[in-house]
Amino acid sequence: MNASTTERWDEFMEGIWRQNPLFVMVLGLCPALAVTVSAVNALSMGLATTFVLTCSCVLVSLLRKLIPKEVRIATYIVIIATFVTVVDYLIQAISLALYDALGAFIQLIVANCIILGRAEAHASKHPLLPTLINALGMSAGFTLGLFALGAVREILGAGAFFGVSLFGPDFQPWVVMVLPPGGFFVLGAWLLIFAAMARRKQKKLAEATQNA
Amino acid sequence: MTSAAIPPQATSAVAMIRTLGLIAALCGFIIVSAYQGTYDAVRENKRIAVERAVFKVIPTARSIVEYVASPAGEIVKVGAGNAASAAGTAAAGGAGNNAVKFYAGYDKDGKLVGIAVEGVAKGYSDNVRILFAYDPAAQTISGFGVVTSRETPGIGDKIVTDKHFLANFPLDAKLTADLKKLANAIVTVKHGSKTQPWEIDAITGATITSRAVGRAINDAAQMLLPRIVPHLSALKEKP
Repeated sequence: MNASTTERWDEFMEGIWRQNPLFVMVLGLCPALAVTVSAVNALSMGLATTFVLTCSCVLVSLLRKLIPKEVRIATYIVIIATFVTVVDYLIQAISLALYDALGAFIQLIVANCIILGRAEAHASKHPLLPTLINALGMSAGFTLGLFALGAVREILGAGAFFGVSLFGPDFQPWVVMVLPPGGFFVLGAWLLIFAAMARRKQKKLAEATQNA
Repeated sequence: MTSAAIPPQATSAVAMIRTLGLIAALCGFIIVSAYQGTYDAVRENKRIAVERAVFKVIPTARSIVEYVASPAGEIVKVGAGNAASAAGTAAAGGAGNNAVKFYAGYDKDGKLVGIAVEGVAKGYSDNVRILFAYDPAAQTISGFGVVTSRETPGIGDKIVTDKHFLANFPLDAKLTADLKKLANAIVTVKHGSKTQPWEIDAITGATITSRAVGRAINDAAQMLLPRIVPHLSALKEKP
C-alpha cells in the first residue's frame, strides 16, 4: 500500500517536475506567451486548462474500451471541445472582466497540444485512477509554469503582484515585459534556469557513478 | 512486431458511427447543461458590467434605463418583461443596424442627469470602444470610460489616467439651431494647441489613441444627439 502511494506521488510529481509540460516538454506555448501578462490571468488560464485536461482525460479513460482506434482522434477532439465550451461558460459566469482579459485563448485551449497529447499517450491506455493522477500532475505543472511566467512579467512590467502595487508610485514600469516580446524574454530565462539545473544534476550523477 | 503478423481487426463502420454518435450526444448534453446552468449568472454579470460602466461616466446617476433611438427619431425603451420591450425589439429590428442604443442615467429623485453612449474608433492596435456621457442640461460631453482597448500599456492606456487629458472634459457638444448636427465637430488637436471648448488636447506620444477618442465621440454624437435632443423632455423623468 505504501509503495503504491509513493508510486502515485511519483506519477503526480512527474508532471510538475521531470516532464513539466512548459519548461521540459515546451508544449502549449500559445497560451503561455499570450495571456501571462499578470499573475491572475496566468493562474486563471492554468485553472481553465486544468479543468479541461482533467475532465477530458477522465472521460477518455472511461470510454477507452469503447472508442474504435480509427476514430479516436476525432472522438478526443469532440470531448476536449465540449469541456472547453463548458469552461467558456463558467468563466463568463464567474467574471466578465477575466473573460475579456483571456479573450480568444479560452477557446484556443482546444488546440493545446498538451491535452490531446495526454489523451492519446496516457488516458487512452490507462484506467481511471492513474489517468486522473497523471492529468492532475500535468495540469499542476502547466499552471505552475504559467504562474512563474505571469508573476515575473507582472512584477517587472507593471510593478505589481496580483494587482497590488509593490514599489510605490515612483516605479517606472518595464513596459516591454507585459508586451508580447516580454513573454519570450521571460520564457527564455526560465528555460535557461531549468536547463542549467538539469545539467548540474546530470553532472552530479555522472560524478557519483564514477566514484562508485 | 507480432502485430504485423496478425493484421489488426478492422472496426465496422456501424460501430464507428455508433460510438461517435453516442459520444456526440453525451457531449451535447454536457454543453446544454453548462449553458443552462450558467445562463442566469452570465446575464446578471453582463447587466452589472453595463451598470458599472454607466455609473462611472455619470457619477450622479443612481439608476439607468436602456433606450434605442431609430434613424427616424423614435426613442423606444428596452426592458425585460413589458410591452414596450416587444415594441422596442420590433422597432430596433425594423430599423436595422442603424438603431443606436443608449443609456439614460437618473438620480435618486428620478431626474435625468446624463446620457451614456458607446462610441468606437480605430486606435493604434485595435478598435477602441468607449462609453461617454452627454450632459443634457449643459449640452456637453462630461466624460468617458474605456469599454475595451488593446492599446499599448503605459502609452495608449494613459487616456484614462492622464490628468491633463481628462481636463479636456467637459467638451462642448451644442447642436446647430435646426438640431440636425453638432454646431462644432469634436476634434483632437496636437498637444498644447487646444483653443476651443470642443477640441481635445492630445497626449504627447499617444496621439493616435487620443485621436481615436475624439473620433469615437464625434461619430457617435453626430449620429445620436440629433435623434435624442428633440425628445429630451420625454426622457426627463424616469419612466
